[in-house]
Amino acid sequence: MSDTAWIDAALTSARPQAVGALLRYFRNLDTAEEAFQNACLRALKNWPQNGPPRDPAAWLIMVGRNVAIDEVRRTSKQQALPEDAAISDLEDAEAALTERLDGSHYRDDILRLLFICCHPDLPATQQIALALRIVSGLSVKQIARAFLVSDAAMEQRVTRAKARIASAGVPFETPGAVERSERLAAVAAMIYLIFNEGYSASGDTSEIRKPLCEEAIRLARLLLRLFQSEPEIMGLTSLLLLQHARAAARFDAGGEIVLLDDQDRALWNRKLIAEGLALIDKAMRHRRTGPYQIQAAVAALHSRAARPEDTDWAQIDLLYATLEIMQPSPVVTLNRAVAVSKVRGPEAALQMIEPLGERLSGYFHFFGVRGALLMQLGRHEEARVAFDRAIALANTSAEAAHIRMHLDRLIRDSEPNGSKASKK
Amino acid sequence: MLYAILCYHDEDFVGSWTRDQDAAVMAKLAVVQDKLKKQGRLGPVARLLPTTAATTLRKDDPPVVIDGPYAETKEQLLGFYIVDCENLDGALEVARDLGTANPGGAYEIRPVGFFQPQVHDR
Repeated sequence: MSDTAWIDAALTSARPQAVGALLRYFRNLDTAEEAFQNACLRALKNWPQNGPPRDPAAWLIMVGRNVAIDEVRRTSKQQALPEDAAISDLEDAEAALTERLDGSHYRDDILRLLFICCHPDLPATQQIALALRIVSGLSVKQIARAFLVSDAAMEQRVTRAKARIASAGVPFETPGAVERSERLAAVAAMIYLIFNEGYSASGDTSEIRKPLCEEAIRLARLLLRLFQSEPEIMGLTSLLLLQHARAAARFDAGGEIVLLDDQDRALWNRKLIAEGLALIDKAMRHRRTGPYQIQAAVAALHSRAARPEDTDWAQIDLLYATLEIMQPSPVVTLNRAVAVSKVRGPEAALQMIEPLGERLSGYFHFFGVRGALLMQLGRHEEARVAFDRAIALANTSAEAAHIRMHLDRLIRDSEPNGSKASKK
Repeated sequence: MLYAILCYHDEDFVGSWTRDQDAAVMAKLAVVQDKLKKQGRLGPVARLLPTTAATTLRKDDPPVVIDGPYAETKEQLLGFYIVDCENLDGALEVARDLGTANPGGAYEIRPVGFFQPQVHDR
């Protein structure tokens, strides 16, 4: 790896801890970020010459703090900045001290940094943008690209979000147990949002948005390393890994959606699956189930099936039934209905989703599933109406194209004698 | 003599590699491994999943199961090689080659006392 690539990776991995610690010193996000930026500039100059420090995060915290304090002095007294060499000479002794000081804080530092990004006053899109900017250190340009908006629009989004949390005030006292677990839940939800932002991409944008999924997984692993015994964080990380493992199989060469049943399972990433399965396995031992664990368990059952027909749909039905009790939602019931259709047939599934019609009247997937069930029951005319509605509600062109494929098949099948037999 | 080369590195750092960086490191390591393979000196090679996937059983009475790796350190055990070498100098040479392909972190070189690569019933 080249010097710059090495330094980039080191700066990225040190960032959450370093910015989190600097935020605790300065109690101001802009100052903390600026201090970190300055420390990075020094690292780029210093590290290639003097070799990498043993603990990059501690180095960056110390240098960032010193530079920021010097900055204050300089602007007040116009004093000269110290030479970089002087800073690096002090490094060994001071780094050890900084590490001792920060070692005990770093869990709460990183959690706080993540937590301020999911302030309830911020809309979801701003939360994600802020977390990617502050915690992950992606540039505004990179984030704008992943969100498919202009740089200026994303700049504005990040600036607004920062202004809002600056006025909302950040909690700096060390959190108690209850508070910590509330923060953890909020942060987990935000990480899942980041992932879904990447995962819900259509075929033509999935490659551009993939970094969002990868970043969400990196953050989930980071959170899990800080809170090793939290089964829901294991569940979240497992869920993201198992879903992302299917990324290469989810779209065909033309960018069309490939449903789970039709995916080429050889394209699934076995290493991510192994890690996902290991984590859900660990989580289950705690016997403290939660929504992320259940969804991960469903994903695990899909991952374990070598062929679609090997899928344990009865178990998936049970898992969704548990999730329905834990987190009642028409979308969960809709998901369960898909499992029910495999276990007890389309009629039972259709009965299950009929009562959802009103609440899901604007939901693409509801009409997609309903159409598919009606089609299986041979009620072609009703299926066509449902599919038409689904197309009208499609969020991406790939979704619409997928439903259109069903419609084409319907029309073909309902032609007299079936066009399958006709020769062209 | 068989030597275990235990690979220690900062997991956060390795986890921050991009897919391309990761693939580039693995490709460089493969060159070193291929050389050893051709000489018939390469034993099992393992890259371990992240320590977040680890579980530790402490052999207290009764044994206690703990989430996470055995030791919480700045650098973690991320994988290992078993290599057949003449002596320590030979093992260090292999470690240096691996280190050139994948800088950063440290290798611990431990002579193997007992080695059973596969278990068969019969």
